[in-house]
Amino acid sequence: MRWIWIDTFIDFEPGRRASAIKNVTLAEECLRDHFPGYAVFPPSLMIEGMAQTAGILAGEARGFSENVILAKIRKARFDDYARPGDRLRYDAVLESIDDRGAVAGGRVYLNDREIGQIDLMFSHVAAGGAYPDIPESGFVFTEQFMSLLAGFRGSRAGKERER
Amino acid sequence: MEESKGMADSHDEVFAKVQDLLSDALGVDTEEVSPDSTLQGDLGAESIDLLDIVFRLEKSFSIKIPKGELFPDDLLNNPEYVDGDRISSAGVEKLKEAMPHADFSRFESDPSVARVPELFTVRTIVNYVEGKLAAA
Repeated sequence: MRWIWIDTFIDFEPGRRASAIKNVTLAEECLRDHFPGYAVFPPSLMIEGMAQTAGILAGEARGFSENVILAKIRKARFDDYARPGDRLRYDAVLESIDDRGAVAGGRVYLNDREIGQIDLMFSHVAAGGAYPDIPESGFVFTEQFMSLLAGFRGSRAGKERER
Repeated sequence: MEESKGMADSHDEVFAKVQDLLSDALGVDTEEVSPDSTLQGDLGAESIDLLDIVFRLEKSFSIKIPKGELFPDDLLNNPEYVDGDRISSAGVEKLKEAMPHADFSRFESDPSVARVPELFTVRTIVNYVEGKLAAA
């Protein structure tokens, strides 16, 4: 299956903030069992969606030169849950970034109403040293992540951003 | 609330900020964070928490913490400093040199590899931060 938990970027300010949408659909494989008869979008996948939003923001900030790995969920609070037909929005703000890693703060919105906070810490993992098996070339920013960013840049909102 | 500026932080202020910061980072009540609490043993810190603690200290005190300066990270890989499950006397000297902010009095009597995490106490961090602020 494709492990992509955001559908599109609606805003992307390099090095600073990004906003991505996830439309919840009854066709998601995971909703069959979560839960039978009453589909609830798993909060763990909201965390993953925020991690992908913030991770691409962090990666782009340094030219995708490093493997950006989610290292710690500093905070994850949810005041409500999402169901098929709902639209989730992840707003991520890059608080700091350097050779060691990045810190991002995030807010989750359900149909434009704030329902949660997800704060994350990423580690920049390089080949060699503590991780001898890591390939020399990056493995995090696959074509499907890069195409999300290219999609935003090609969109009307993306072109507005560039002006 | 304004961040306190460097030199103006008294010892109590530094301790209070470190206490709050560790409470947030490690998900423990501030009451559990006392000067002699060990990060790993008493407060449940894991290795990834050390990076989080470094980021939070840098932000909270406006200091820069070079790699390995607060938490030395490659001494245990060096065969000159480790002898089986014990730290050699050269290793203890190297550790002391790398961590002037730590208290070695209890460690020296039984310098085993397993006891190295006991050097990382709340007091170790407070001493380190005070040293950085004084040098600034």
